[in-house]
Amino acid sequence: MVSSIGGANLRMEVKNLNFYYGRSLALKNINMGIENNKVTAVIGPSGCGKSTFIRILNRMNDIIIGTRVEGEILLDEQNIYDPRVDVVEIRRKIGMVFQKSNPFPKSIFDNIAYGLRINGISNKTEIIDRVEMSLKNSALWDEVKDRLDDNAFELSGGQQQRLCIARALAIEPEVILFDEPCSALDPISTAKIEELINQLKEKYTIAIVTHNMQQAARISDYTGFFLLGELIEFDKTEKIFTNPSQKQTEDYITGRFG
Amino acid sequence: MTIKKNKKEKLLEILFLFFAFLSNILLVGIIIILFKESLPLFKEIKVLDFLLGRHWYPTYDPPEFGILPLILGSLWVTIGSLLVAVPLGLGAAIYISEIASTNLKEILKPAVEVLAGIPSVVLGFFGMVVIAPFLQNVFKLPTGLNALNASILLGIMAIPTITSISEDCISAVPRGFKEASYALGANRWETMIKVTVPAAFSGISSAVILGMGRAIGETMTVLMVAGGAAIIPHSFLQPVRTMTATIAAEMGETAIGSDHYFALFGIAVVLFILTLIFNIIADLVAQRFRKRIV
Repeated sequence: MVSSIGGANLRMEVKNLNFYYGRSLALKNINMGIENNKVTAVIGPSGCGKSTFIRILNRMNDIIIGTRVEGEILLDEQNIYDPRVDVVEIRRKIGMVFQKSNPFPKSIFDNIAYGLRINGISNKTEIIDRVEMSLKNSALWDEVKDRLDDNAFELSGGQQQRLCIARALAIEPEVILFDEPCSALDPISTAKIEELINQLKEKYTIAIVTHNMQQAARISDYTGFFLLGELIEFDKTEKIFTNPSQKQTEDYITGRFG
Repeated sequence: MTIKKNKKEKLLEILFLFFAFLSNILLVGIIIILFKESLPLFKEIKVLDFLLGRHWYPTYDPPEFGILPLILGSLWVTIGSLLVAVPLGLGAAIYISEIASTNLKEILKPAVEVLAGIPSVVLGFFGMVVIAPFLQNVFKLPTGLNALNASILLGIMAIPTITSISEDCISAVPRGFKEASYALGANRWETMIKVTVPAAFSGISSAVILGMGRAIGETMTVLMVAGGAAIIPHSFLQPVRTMTATIAAEMGETAIGSDHYFALFGIAVVLFILTLIFNIIADLVAQRFRKRIV
């Protein structure tokens, strides 16, 4: 099933994507567009390939041995899997927040400063300013401004995840990928992160994987439904949740399986 | 029936209790003997004179039992060995865990561990016939048997400990840290040096301390290649005499019950306490490491 949003302002485009772990085909012929300054959600039951899919979008699967990508992933019309492309540059432009919050075992400040430093920013005032800015943008500043030198592991789970978001924001990516960012969080922390994603889409293009259909319905503009490595349906979120065109989508969102 | 079974179980329990305590009992016994056999010396001389005395002339008349040159000799070769073993061992660990392909890793790691199995006397022999003439020629020395030679060999001996444990710790760094780093646009080198290795830092330090414990306790190689002069060292190119080599070389020549005999036990006590301190530090550091990662 091929579906793309016609005439939209696409930031990223997935064309005829096949993905292999070793010999097994994990994703089959995926075609999908990710629109600028919108939230695109990917839903589906466990093992459907949704996390694999989002990790392809910033070449994160490159570090897993034995994986292979066929097809094209375009970012601003450029294929990010082109051999001439610098993968480091791609990942700088396409940030990522992971399922399990993974701050570095460093101070809160250094967690954010790390990304800035490796991207060549050495001016101290600029680093301090951008750390503050990104903590404000991730709605964490008020909670941590007096303890920037504390180890990041002393933060709560929700705060750690927002720190990871701040870390991704600090290097000013164009697209941010969220891989089930709330799956380990309580409802209050989840609400905070959803609110944050809603604000972030003004400046960034966002793709989010979620196992939580209500979450997709709440925060996304477009939704893709994956099943067994195939993109079954991709459309406006409203359409997917009120009037899906595929029987499997309907079965899934009405809770008949999954 | 049940009573019989209980008896059998009880018996087994006592048997295993015995096994569990046996090594501890032996350890306690050794410590008691070490201390007991060294005590008579301190009726003759003060503890501080023993530890800080600058002259070790056990067979002079009157004898002098100052072990400062021996303590310093041990520390010099230990520190020297770390200067050799830490860069090489850690470099090997980083290569094996982060850079080598899976196949290469499966060859390299056991190969490094085989190095630990080489008998120290063989390494000492190597030091005498290969390294000593080499050092003698390069530095124009009267003898190549000196602290540098011992440091090189002890370094080689400490490498397997440092490499093997560091490699385990680096490999145990959660993949999430590396992924987070890559996702920020870090390359492999930056991720390795600024994220992975620092995250394993405590484990690496405890590996280094264990390697140090191995070096300070090593006897045969230092006896063969360190030169054996009980003088306070000023340079790595001087011959030195370590605590272990002193005990090994002199114990056979000493009358049981003489002051010299007691003094050798005194050296053993000092050595034991130093090694114990290293091990405790290594343990504490390793514990802290576990806490921080989980």
